[in-house]
Amino acid sequence: MTVISASDLSLTFQTADGPVHALKDVTLDIGKGEFVSFIGPSGCGKTTFLRVIADLEQPTAGSISVNGMTPEQARKTRAYGYVFQAAGLYPWRTIERNVALPLEIMGVSKSEQKQRIERVLELVNLAGFGKKFPWQLSGGMQQRASIARALAFDADLLLMDEPFGALDEIVRDYLNEELLKLWAATEKTICFVTHSIPEAVYLSTKIVVMSPRPGRVTDVIDSTLPKERPLDIRDTTEFLEIAHRVREGLRAGHGEV
Amino acid sequence: MTRIWQGNAGPVTVVVAAIILIWYVFVVVLNAPWERDQAARAGTEISFIQLVKNTMAQERPVLPAPHQVVAEMWDTTVNKSITSKRSLVYHGWITLSATLLGFVIGTGLGILLAVGIIHNKAMDKSVMPWVIASQTIPILAIAPMIIVVLNAVGLSGLLPKALISTYLSFFPIVVGMVKGLRSPEAIQMDLMHTYNASAAQTFWKLRWPSAMPFLFTSMKVAVAISLVGAIVGELPTGAVAGLGARLLAGSYYGQTIQIWAALFAAAALAATLVAIVGLGQRIVMQRMGGPA
Amino acid sequence: MNAGWVIFALIAWLGGWTLNEWLVRQKTGNQAVARVISLAVPLIFGISLLAIWEGVTRGFNVPTVLLPPPSAIWERIVNSVPILVADFRQTFMKAVLIGYVLGCGSGFIAAIMIDRSPFLKRGLLPLGNFVSALPIIGVAPIMVMWFGFDWPSKAAVVIIMTFFPMLVNTVEGLAAATSMQKDLMRTYAANYWQTLFKLRLPAAAPFIFNALKINSTLALIGAIVAEFFGTPIVGMGFRISTEVGRMNVDMVWAEIAVAAVAGSLFYGVVTLIERFVTFWHPSIRSG
Repeated sequence: MTVISASDLSLTFQTADGPVHALKDVTLDIGKGEFVSFIGPSGCGKTTFLRVIADLEQPTAGSISVNGMTPEQARKTRAYGYVFQAAGLYPWRTIERNVALPLEIMGVSKSEQKQRIERVLELVNLAGFGKKFPWQLSGGMQQRASIARALAFDADLLLMDEPFGALDEIVRDYLNEELLKLWAATEKTICFVTHSIPEAVYLSTKIVVMSPRPGRVTDVIDSTLPKERPLDIRDTTEFLEIAHRVREGLRAGHGEV
Repeated sequence: MTRIWQGNAGPVTVVVAAIILIWYVFVVVLNAPWERDQAARAGTEISFIQLVKNTMAQERPVLPAPHQVVAEMWDTTVNKSITSKRSLVYHGWITLSATLLGFVIGTGLGILLAVGIIHNKAMDKSVMPWVIASQTIPILAIAPMIIVVLNAVGLSGLLPKALISTYLSFFPIVVGMVKGLRSPEAIQMDLMHTYNASAAQTFWKLRWPSAMPFLFTSMKVAVAISLVGAIVGELPTGAVAGLGARLLAGSYYGQTIQIWAALFAAAALAATLVAIVGLGQRIVMQRMGGPA
Repeated sequence: MNAGWVIFALIAWLGGWTLNEWLVRQKTGNQAVARVISLAVPLIFGISLLAIWEGVTRGFNVPTVLLPPPSAIWERIVNSVPILVADFRQTFMKAVLIGYVLGCGSGFIAAIMIDRSPFLKRGLLPLGNFVSALPIIGVAPIMVMWFGFDWPSKAAVVIIMTFFPMLVNTVEGLAAATSMQKDLMRTYAANYWQTLFKLRLPAAAPFIFNALKINSTLALIGAIVAEFFGTPIVGMGFRISTEVGRMNVDMVWAEIAVAAVAGSLFYGVVTLIERFVTFWHPSIRSG
């Protein structure tokens, strides 16, 4: 079943320096339960594509459907959870109340809110930190809380824009593992934007390589790695082959690294 | 054409025009009762057109029309000799001189105090809280006392008013300069430390330039409040000279239009002074290579 | 010249200064002790200032019309409590408080109303900044003309004075939420009011309290000075201007003392509320 279907999708920004082709003729299908990574250098359109899915940007040409509806309809039916590059937690709310934010807006009852919050905090290993304030938590923990918030209302689609980019590598590895466990437990469809080749190859079932000027898809790689992935799969030949293919795709699109 | 709508000039003009329009409406509304009263006493009927025309030309209106105020201002500036006791220019100058003197002293004092607070810890901890507390003493409220007392000691005219303006303007300068002189980042201060720079060198090469934006912002606030101080300082001397005196005199004798004209003159003065400081700011910031 | 008092003043000055210099150089790891020191230093400065004042005025026989000693002012305060209370009620409880609430309230509501129109915002904000620089106190005689001599005209002046800082700061505060946070609200399909109450207003709180603090001082000054332009026979401004005419300077200082204490308490209460509401803001957390 196809969750996201883009056809000749284009987005051109009109700037003071002339038109910027953020996306050009992107045609892509994403199926249910897939973990799709978008990788490419700055300006390749990966974040823009994610934002179009989320109805945070509007395309200037082509079409896209999310869950069979327009992105706007999908947004209004709360079809996805979005995780930004920064945690963006409200400093005036405890972690619990932060996770409750979407639930409050969607009118979920107080008792159900409590249940859901407990469940998602458990999922991201933050049980017991509910009453703390964001500034009392480390960067990695804040980002986990942000993921919990995106999971709270059970949307089947998770859109993640370089969520671990600001964290150090050790925390990143740990969170990558946690994210895969989460994905296995919840069976969501995940679209994940990243700068990091190892991260993209480690996490995904499908890798979309993009390149800039104009923003376009240069390669779509179906990963042959098994679903169960311990961290040291990154040292296997299979992994390195896929990483190599990604790197080739990036070079081809960019001209030179 | 789109450029005009992108900047603020378009919306501001529209809003100002709307305000003037609403003002004229209220002129008619607020002055009408008196007109109707007059007509009833004379036993005559008054047509609506005549009513509107009359409300805009009353001698003692509840709300004067903009053109009446402008006419009065024109009359008392251009049509009077500058030394005349009825000239707004004369009164404006009296207020302005006290304002400027107070502002200059206040700024100088404020900067000195700020420098002291930065470099001396005892001054910082003891003086700073009292600088803030000093503002809770409503100096404007004791302006009359200060004027009268200083007059009794022989200090009259310009200086007492200037002292009030000084007191009012030094606070924003101190607060702003302390913030500004402390604004360089830790890494900048560390760099100076690695050069073994003296306190004076660090001050002139790093702290002072960093404080410039803060200084100008505070000076804008200070000059505006200096003006208020000078105006209030004119009230107790029995309304003799200055814009504050004109306001008070107009209030005593029921000369509405005179009050409004004096108020507009004071407003124009304030706007001009702030604009001049702003101009100074732009010039200095451009010479320092930064955004204005 | 009374040598005893002058020496007293000198001792107070030198003693206070050395004590403070010593105190600020104390290094202590204990947070409670540090807090006591930071409270003690300005207090000692203030007390020594009062002592110097007393010593100098008495020691040099400064004429009381020029500057009375603190003890004389205290005596006057103690003997004039009924008058002071009546004046306080007229000026502070009526003109200041009512004007403050109405002025800040209307400034806030106006900001929310123009929030929905970028056009109005671009037109009104420069005007608001401009008006804040003007000598608003000058409208006092006009208010007396419209609303009469009693406290409503003074409250009207306070309303006008407090309206613009509140408007400008609230509008600025409403812009404080980052675009990322606003995007998040958009992904939740939150409507305008949900975004306003759950995100933008809490984010605007530091700015709003900044205006509330500035306005607390403006309101008091505005009400007192407005009374210089005409008031019934009660009120702090009235008392000050008439007692000045009678050269009863100690009474004037008594009123000032009451005004200063009232103003400080007012500001203090607003600051306490600010600390409670914006506990999360970095400036409050580290302060």
